[in-house]
Amino acid sequence: MRMLQGWLARLLGMFRKDDLGQQVAEEMQSHIEMEIADRVRGGQDEETARREVLMRFHGVDATKERYREQGGVPAIEHFVQDVRYALRAFRKEPSFALTATAVLTLGFIASLTIFALVDAALIKPLPYRDPNHLMFVSSSVEGIGRANISYLDFVDWKKQNKVFSDFDIYRGSGYLLANDRGTELVRGADVSAGFFRTLGVRAALGRDFYDGEDAPQAAPVVMLTHAAWLKRFGGRPDVIGKTIKLDGIDRVIVGVLPGEFHFAPRGGAEFWAPFQPLPTDPCAIRRSCHNLDGVARLKDGVTQQAALADLNLITKQLGDLYPTSNRDRSGNVLPLSEAIVGDLRSILLIMLGGSVLLLVIGCVNVASLLLVRSEGRKREIAVRVALGASPRRLLRQFIAEGVVLAGAASALALAGTHWSLLLIARLVPERVARNMPFLNEVGLSKHVLAASAGLLVAGVVIFSVIPLVRVRLNEMQEGLKQGINASAGRTWRRFAGNLVVLELAITIMLLVGAGLLSQSFYKLLHVDLGFDPEGLVTIGNIVLPDTDYKKPEQVMAVRKRILDAVQQLPGVKSAALTSKMPVDGNGNTTWIRVMGHEYHGEHNEANFRDVSASYFPTLRGRLLKGRFLTEAEDIGMAQVTVINQAFVNKYMPGEDPIGKKIGQPGRGSEVVKEVIGVVEDIRESSLEDHTWPTIYTTDADSTPSLLVRTEMAPESVIPILASTIRDVNPGIGTSDYQTMPERINSSQSAYVHRSSAALVSGFAGTALVLSLVGLYGVIAYSVGRRTREIGIRMALGARRANIYRLVMTEAGWLVCLGLITGVLGAAATSRMVRTLLFGVGSWDARTFAGVIGLLCVTALAASYFPARRAATIDPMNVLRAE
Amino acid sequence: MVYKSDVWQGTLALMVLNTLKSMGPLHGYGIARRIEQTSGGKLEINYGTLYPSLLRLEQEGYIAGSWGASENNRRARFYKLTVAGRKQLEKETREWNATTEIVARFLAPEES
Repeated sequence: MRMLQGWLARLLGMFRKDDLGQQVAEEMQSHIEMEIADRVRGGQDEETARREVLMRFHGVDATKERYREQGGVPAIEHFVQDVRYALRAFRKEPSFALTATAVLTLGFIASLTIFALVDAALIKPLPYRDPNHLMFVSSSVEGIGRANISYLDFVDWKKQNKVFSDFDIYRGSGYLLANDRGTELVRGADVSAGFFRTLGVRAALGRDFYDGEDAPQAAPVVMLTHAAWLKRFGGRPDVIGKTIKLDGIDRVIVGVLPGEFHFAPRGGAEFWAPFQPLPTDPCAIRRSCHNLDGVARLKDGVTQQAALADLNLITKQLGDLYPTSNRDRSGNVLPLSEAIVGDLRSILLIMLGGSVLLLVIGCVNVASLLLVRSEGRKREIAVRVALGASPRRLLRQFIAEGVVLAGAASALALAGTHWSLLLIARLVPERVARNMPFLNEVGLSKHVLAASAGLLVAGVVIFSVIPLVRVRLNEMQEGLKQGINASAGRTWRRFAGNLVVLELAITIMLLVGAGLLSQSFYKLLHVDLGFDPEGLVTIGNIVLPDTDYKKPEQVMAVRKRILDAVQQLPGVKSAALTSKMPVDGNGNTTWIRVMGHEYHGEHNEANFRDVSASYFPTLRGRLLKGRFLTEAEDIGMAQVTVINQAFVNKYMPGEDPIGKKIGQPGRGSEVVKEVIGVVEDIRESSLEDHTWPTIYTTDADSTPSLLVRTEMAPESVIPILASTIRDVNPGIGTSDYQTMPERINSSQSAYVHRSSAALVSGFAGTALVLSLVGLYGVIAYSVGRRTREIGIRMALGARRANIYRLVMTEAGWLVCLGLITGVLGAAATSRMVRTLLFGVGSWDARTFAGVIGLLCVTALAASYFPARRAATIDPMNVLRAE
Repeated sequence: MVYKSDVWQGTLALMVLNTLKSMGPLHGYGIARRIEQTSGGKLEINYGTLYPSLLRLEQEGYIAGSWGASENNRRARFYKLTVAGRKQLEKETREWNATTEIVARFLAPEES
């Protein structure tokens, strides 16, 4: 405690140094006078007395100095002095200080920004209670992978498992909500009653669902997200107990979720309702209809593997009990955080790697700037050593310079990171952003601040160690003897050369990564779609209110009315409906068998697409065999089907499919349809996937998507489309209007590939510039040092060409070494990005050749200028200057 | 070397505090003279360490200094013991006695 007070006094003392000095001077003076007076009174003569008294002070000035040191904190004072000195030195060389700070700041911003994203997405825990015990539970089907679970399977899993303390399900939903402009389609989610308790999320207002509120006969209730509460109810606390009409049904609002709640698998959902397995819902009562995912909390001490093993045991028993629906299925248990982050993990880590490499290059550049500078300071330092500066004192000086440089850079970088994160959050399109709820939380978190402090320390270490290595003590004295003009610097040249090789190598690695990712992106966008996307306008979601259209015939009738109305519009050539938009992704599968083939209940899946007869002409799909659906067949439950080539390849290779019958054994009463045509694969999968076997038929789906082929500018058709559908029935909800090219461009896979290609290309471009500057610097420096040598050579008869060769050989060595190291490094690391590659191998020879060519040409250019300067040296001037 | 000066510094502080307790407010020269007298001339205070020591004690709040007039009407800086200083003196005296007692036991001749 007293110690603390003492230090505080010393800290404060630093600011009243002059007072203290004056005080002790006066105090000592009065002491001296008093003692002399006493001694004189005791018989000594004054002169002897004065001498003896002063001797007892062991040096008055030394005492004052000690007093001053006790009065303040010398370490801090010296440091402040050093920093002032460094600032003064930098002010004399502003170009050095500005370049170094700018390069360092850019490097820091790049890595801190990516790190902030990594932190928010991968490190920060999910906003649930004890999130490490939360698991994502679904099933897995041979040959397909992750698949949904059916309600009846869920009930059995929940009852029989011994590994979960809580187990609940959710599924996405959408609601028609009447508003003053007509009908709005809003995102929602259905969950079993215990869902929020399993997550450990409490309602911010009201309550969550009671047990039993998900029973079929329970009164309909709903919870709102915080955002929906603010947007639709102005944040009024009296919403609890009010009713809201969703899909024509009155639901009582029982609770509002907290603002920090998010659930990425159903991002953007505003209304959360209990999942009620109504007997009228054909899917809820059918074991083969899978439309749910599960969230479960592990019991204490149960591992993910144990949970999976337990689920698989139950699933196997279910498979024996219900072979027609449950064969070949198994469980799938993943940590919830992993299920949410998914592919993003590898992308973010690759980005982090790229940004760190960029940072290394930046540091190398600044380090070589410092080296050049310390070369120029040899004499200054030698003088200071000669005047008695200890190595410690010099190290302190270098540390102070490092602190100034790295400190300025990290302060600027924090501000820059803040802005770049805001920019990123704004640039991400909304449909992508709602699956990345962490984007809302990304910012200068504690971890980011800690990382920037780490960078600061690392920067200071690098910048103080490098000049010290360079300016070793023995050389300092040498420097004084030799003067500035000494031809030293060979060691430095070698060291700086190594740094440039490192820079070039890293640049090659980044360039190869950028090349591979850009090619993947290009290939992805030019993948064969099997249809013509130009001139297509789409509406992603159309929801027909089931209050108005209860029976399939009614649904079919209104579907036809919509198509007719749209086709009447000027400029519209044709319009079609489908149950799932092309390029949206495989899924919505059905279980099929080819009639007449041997069948033992194998599990064969195919995409099931409910389309209007106009689907193929509108998309301009290519017919391979047979015929398309006709308008006459465009009634619900037509007994005919068109299949794609992938279907033929997988399930009926070498056969003539036309006229064959395909059954769907998973449905209650098996539906059998006759194949009337085969189309070339239309890309029903996402861009990077391959299209699964698909059957197209007509059904009475009440939530179709609309595709319109138009001759007018697609953007101008969108508003007319909206009003046309509203005219058919204002109760119809629509959302997600996009042209087909837009849809393809903003699809998840295009977005992921575009952003990774753009980011890595940005890194690579910056790295290229920095390393060329580095190469230029080394060569130019070397030419500068060798001016005399070159002059003498020329005086002795060397020709321009010889001088060019001299300089270019030096540069060529560095570039060659860099190329070899970089290519080896790239070959080793490009495997890491292979998860992100599409249609191009990780050792793509063309990319490597291109990168090598690019680097050779640019490096040649960077070393040409110093070479030209060397070749134009006038030997007479040089010799005269000696 | 470091060890010796540490001990010396600690002891010097103890002596300063004790002197101020028995003599009341004193200036630096007075403190030094008083300590030397008390030691019977066996100690010679190094003025070069005395003043930094006084400053340290003042920073830690054990003594308080103020300017005043000496017996010969000279301007001098007088130090007086604070309440905290009195407590510290008691504590350090206790510790010192305990230490010397232990050391004395080790050095005492074996009883036969």
